[in-house]
Amino acid sequence: MDQKLVAVIDYGMGNLRSVAKAAEHVAPNNTRIIVTHDPKVIESADAIIFPGQGAAKACMNALQETGMIHPIQHAVQEKPFLGICMGLQVLMSHSDENSGTPCLDIISGNVKHFELEKAFPELKVPHMGWNQIHQTQEHALWHNIPQDSRFYFVHSYYVQPKKETFIAATTTHGTSFPSALSHKNLFAIQAHPEKSAEHGLQLFQNFLQWNG
Amino acid sequence: MSLAKRIIPCLDVDNGRVVKGVQFVNIRDAGNPVEVAKRYDEQGADEITFLDITATAHDRNTTVHMVEEVASQVFIPLTVGGGIRTVEDIRTMLNAGADKVAINSAAIFNPGFVQEACDAFGSQCIVVAIDAKKVSPEGEANQWEIFTHGGRKETGIDAIEWAKKMESLGAGEILLTSMDRDGTKSGFDLELTRAISDSIQIPVIASGGVGELDHLCEGILEGHAEAVLAASIFHFGQHTVQEAKQAMQAKGIEVRL
Repeated sequence: MDQKLVAVIDYGMGNLRSVAKAAEHVAPNNTRIIVTHDPKVIESADAIIFPGQGAAKACMNALQETGMIHPIQHAVQEKPFLGICMGLQVLMSHSDENSGTPCLDIISGNVKHFELEKAFPELKVPHMGWNQIHQTQEHALWHNIPQDSRFYFVHSYYVQPKKETFIAATTTHGTSFPSALSHKNLFAIQAHPEKSAEHGLQLFQNFLQWNG
Repeated sequence: MSLAKRIIPCLDVDNGRVVKGVQFVNIRDAGNPVEVAKRYDEQGADEITFLDITATAHDRNTTVHMVEEVASQVFIPLTVGGGIRTVEDIRTMLNAGADKVAINSAAIFNPGFVQEACDAFGSQCIVVAIDAKKVSPEGEANQWEIFTHGGRKETGIDAIEWAKKMESLGAGEILLTSMDRDGTKSGFDLELTRAISDSIQIPVIASGGVGELDHLCEGILEGHAEAVLAASIFHFGQHTVQEAKQAMQAKGIEVRL
């Protein structure tokens, strides 16, 4: 069997190690997981995982400094691509975080802050902990993951794509928000599958078997 | 459908072993951290917190290796606290596989460190640990202050004001321990927990005093905590995390089962 190469994009932020470890934990024998910031490796990889942590501006700056923007824009067009958390948010056109941050504009739409203080004073921001993911479309990445399974979230901003057909799941924290998006070979999720126990591992396993 | 309240088993780690002082006295060995963490993961723990109580740099390296090993086998959030004083300490723990670090006394000596840490790594991974003790006399309006050195040294800082300040500096979460209740098994200081939780928008983890499952429920329902942390009721087989979640669900609390 051919060797399959999966690149976890490293732009110097966040805990990429845990994403790589979770993917390795469920990877078939012929699949190699590499954490990399080498555009050539990203170019030659069969699939891409784009994790993210921290704030939007710092993330965009780090992508710029490490020369990752072009390789990401290229990869997202042509091979299985999994965005996670900030790796979902920076795919959008613009984020309200850090007094407004232009993002990669791969998916049209904005990233908004949870404004819950007035309507839901008892709810906390960041939205931190295990919440339910309600699948709104069938997708290979939902295989063997029961409807409304709980995943681990930690974020204060959420995405609002212009096209509702991109929404693959929703989650409710006071307001209902899109917690996963999909479009062709791209799938991106707000939760952290690498920290979501068996359902998270199942999502990685599904991704590693997905041909986009 | 909403966010589940969390149960967080806490492991005190000394030179690579889980230990727990029972009623302040004999430190009992509670096992290999990797095995203990896996057991809690299987029981449905929502996160795991390690408090590194070792004193020497050599023992700290042992903790880093332990976090690495746990993180390659347990896929739920891991928090590491104890001795986190510099940005480099944080980076070391995150690179080892921790998801969050708990900052305690370093925040008191230098509040700017919290902001620096949040700017460098994001609020999501910075927990500020607050050890508070009641200082108001019986019958007067409640007041709590921050204490250091295991509750022995007072700082004169008001606990509620401190929590608000930590939130404004970017902390993502507060781990609140009542030094009056820690180790007593008599339940959380619910007034303290509620006073802090209602004053800030970031989540509060209640800690200190859990002796039975009802205490966990009280922490959520009366203390308004988002998460409850406990050690000894889980370590020595008194209860499983699963039993704790069932007890919480029976009281109408939303949990991940």
